Amino acid sequence: MTNPTLAAGTVERHLRARRATGRGLLMPYVTGGITPGWTDYLPAFAAAGADAIEVGLPFSDPTLDGATIQQAGEAALARGASTRRILSDLSGLPDLGVPLVVSTYYNLVLHDGPEAFCAALRRAGVGGLIVPDLPVHEADELTDVAEAAGIELVLLASPATPQPRLAEISGRSRGFVYAVSLMGTTGERASLAASSAELTERIRRVTDRPVLLGFGISTPDQAREARRHADGVVVGAAVMRRVLDGAGPDDLRAFLATLRQALDQECDRPR
Amino acid sequence: MQVVPPWREPVPRDRTMGEPRARGRFGEYGGRYAPESLVEACRQVDEAFREAWADPGFRGDLARLLAVHAGRPTPLTPARRLSDALGVELYLKREDLTHTGSHKINNVLGQALLATRMGRRRLIAETGAGQHGVATATAAALLGLEATVFMGERDIERQALNVFRMRMLGAEVVPVTTGSRTLKDATSEAMRHWVGATGDSHYCIGSVVGPDPYPWMVREFQRVIGDEARAQCAAELRTGVPDHVVACVGGGSNAAGTFAGFADTSARLVGVEAEGGAGAARGRLGVLHGCRSLFLQDDDGQITQAHSIAAGLDYPGVGPEHAHLRDLGRARYVTVSDDEALGAAVRLARAEGIVPALESAHALAWVIRAAGDGDLPAGSTVLMTLSGRGDKDVSTFKELL
Repeated sequence: MTNPTLAAGTVERHLRARRATGRGLLMPYVTGGITPGWTDYLPAFAAAGADAIEVGLPFSDPTLDGATIQQAGEAALARGASTRRILSDLSGLPDLGVPLVVSTYYNLVLHDGPEAFCAALRRAGVGGLIVPDLPVHEADELTDVAEAAGIELVLLASPATPQPRLAEISGRSRGFVYAVSLMGTTGERASLAASSAELTERIRRVTDRPVLLGFGISTPDQAREARRHADGVVVGAAVMRRVLDGAGPDDLRAFLATLRQALDQECDRPR
Repeated sequence: MQVVPPWREPVPRDRTMGEPRARGRFGEYGGRYAPESLVEACRQVDEAFREAWADPGFRGDLARLLAVHAGRPTPLTPARRLSDALGVELYLKREDLTHTGSHKINNVLGQALLATRMGRRRLIAETGAGQHGVATATAAALLGLEATVFMGERDIERQALNVFRMRMLGAEVVPVTTGSRTLKDATSEAMRHWVGATGDSHYCIGSVVGPDPYPWMVREFQRVIGDEARAQCAAELRTGVPDHVVACVGGGSNAAGTFAGFADTSARLVGVEAEGGAGAARGRLGVLHGCRSLFLQDDDGQITQAHSIAAGLDYPGVGPEHAHLRDLGRARYVTVSDDEALGAAVRLARAEGIVPALESAHALAWVIRAAGDGDLPAGSTVLMTLSGRGDKDVSTFKELL
């Protein structure tokens, strides 16, 4: 266990390997079941240079999501989306070459029970799991079960997290550490929050795990700025607003390519 | 006379509604399932509440506010004509007589004082029927705080007078247009708002739900109902302790406060839920709004919408301590229909001259039914918390009666 790279699961190994090439990491998000052919977005994301793809399982009461992701979740549920159907859609996909990370609220994990839920993720080819309403002190019930099933449970860190707790979160997180850039919900913002730089620096002090910055990152400029502190970015609302406005896989591929390019430019500069 | 039902067995001593176990647990329920951004804020509330609750100065300030502003203690009213008709001895704990018209003020004055102590300048609240919103707006005005109240659009329509009262008291009322546009969605929106406002705002949750320490703290602020009622019953009831203690349950704050005064007695505790919002009676294990408890859900794990004529009972879950009391068998949870509640409201109005809130009418509807079918044996003494008055529901009564 002395070499964390060897101990890491597939998501973390993949992200570490990509990071080692000097590349800024990009994880776009899509709400599962948002359109009839929603899985077509995934190869488009991969082709645009995604390093991991986050798939949201919609929940009726997304208490940490802003208007865009809420609207996407409601639309998907109205279409009949469910955990079972979304995972079934995923299991029929060819290998995308990038790991899949599912995000959802804890009620959906508890519904079938953590063991059955993680086993279903595994069967669908999912490598990681993000549960925004499962903070580290409540995570015992899921951590070992997820690890046994080969699912990397990603924990979130916030600007309000005190340093000792940040060390615990970083130590127990798998795959990467999800740095929440600001005190707020998901959704596009005009500028990158000032709190994001300080938070990522504080996380770096306690771990060498990849750190992805999320919440509010919606433009190439913001991605470039985020890359100065973090290993990469998560982009959700900016993707889903376009999807809700009718953008197809090719449109999203073009949009994500601009973020990819911004991250690549930034990595040429000294960090 | 009917055979004594099994839940009337003697009560073990370890079911007395004390402090929750480590990590805010009531049995397997409770906890702090908050987004990481709110965990530190919850810890600060917990720390501040523990200090305040152990501080005689704080307790004295709160008792004074409850007396001179909220009108406590509230009376215990024997419902003589209704008792004669039902064949039981029914006593009403009159939370409807508090300032602002419901038990909600007890909790809000406590939390508003706490917020002041914590240096917060603004209260955030969710509201269903509007009673908690009005109480929050009132406490904010009294203590010189700002108030922002989230309320579902559907509730805004059916509780228009309370919306106006809140605005008159200086509060900002924010309509919530997502989901079922009722209490559940107002709570989600209030939590989202709090994430971005933890620095200067206190989230004043209105029921015994939410992340630890809220279910415990709100119950402690509401236990004044049960403590007063216990002393009043000891003085006035021939049995000293009532045979049955009954209260309506949405999230369950008036019931929790009432039960807390009697949990260590032989009284049978009964929580009455709306048929369409029966979290305790029909919910299954889940996590919502920061706590692990029982929630109405569909086969996919999505939270389903509650439906009740009483906006304050229109919540698809129940506080974690109620889930625990149910599991223990210490309290039992029953349901009544909209029609039964309406009928009970009219009956109380005509027999006792009291127009109850539709929420409280649910508790009475069960008493009436149980007295009729022998579930409440003849001659039983019954304490029922009348959690609020019916002024806010007059337009609903007018429409449906």
